[in-house]
Amino acid sequence: MSSFWEYANPKRFMQISSAAVPWIGGAALLCLVIGLGWGFFYTPDDFRQGSTVKIIYLHVPAALMAINAWLMMLVASLVWLIRRHHVSALAARAAAPVGATLTVIALATGAIWGQPMWGTWWVWDPRLTSFLILFLFYLGYIALWEAIEDPDTAADLTSVLCLVGSVFALLSRYAVLFWNQGLHQGATLSLDKEENISNVYYVPLLISIAGFVLFFISLVLYRTRTEIRARRLRALIARERLA
Amino acid sequence: MIPDLGKYASEVLSAYAVSFLLLVLIVAVSVKRSMTVRNRLRAFEARRKKR
Repeated sequence: MSSFWEYANPKRFMQISSAAVPWIGGAALLCLVIGLGWGFFYTPDDFRQGSTVKIIYLHVPAALMAINAWLMMLVASLVWLIRRHHVSALAARAAAPVGATLTVIALATGAIWGQPMWGTWWVWDPRLTSFLILFLFYLGYIALWEAIEDPDTAADLTSVLCLVGSVFALLSRYAVLFWNQGLHQGATLSLDKEENISNVYYVPLLISIAGFVLFFISLVLYRTRTEIRARRLRALIARERLA
Repeated sequence: MIPDLGKYASEVLSAYAVSFLLLVLIVAVSVKRSMTVRNRLRAFEARRKKR
């Protein structure tokens, strides 16, 4: 069996990701069409929330992936700091704009949902606030990569920023448990049957979540390939200047 | 075709519209940057081979 670290070799990564991206991207599209289509067209209105319950198929998967994208960046950053594999640093860099986009989707759909249900677009609730801070961390992380010319120094500093931001990624996940005040409800998905959402909404929601997960994986792989090429281009230009 | 969304139609439809727009935008930006970088790398490598 080949070692996991084999994939840290850019050439090997390019070979494998080239074959994987179309399949994962296709599966993502299929899950999104089925999950969102089922949720939007074929699920009933909630007795309290009316048709706004259909926003759940976007809001929950986007919020889930906004947090998990940062945690993926954390793992990739740790791999960079400990083992100095360039692909992991580039994967973290590639994931940041995708994670930031998913955070905006979660914040926007949350505000649109909150207005008719809570009577306000925004409230300084622990979960909402920690999510907004997470978004600012995403922006800071992207800006830091752009601001530093030397890629290794940029990878070092952004990795440290990622470690610090992980506190808010976890906080935004568990804020509802830490502080009871606030408007945001608890977890939508639960192993407790009483707490979990009704089966009518559960299955399409799971398919939507799978779609968002696969969408994230395929787009991050695709963007990492671009970052590897960009790094090679920079190296070739630098080599030519020295010659 | 579109189900009856009642009095919350504008909220539901705008949530879907904003989300689709952002998803399409991040994919489009990623594809555009990928094509730019790939073309520049190809052109650079072709120029090096000629020399």
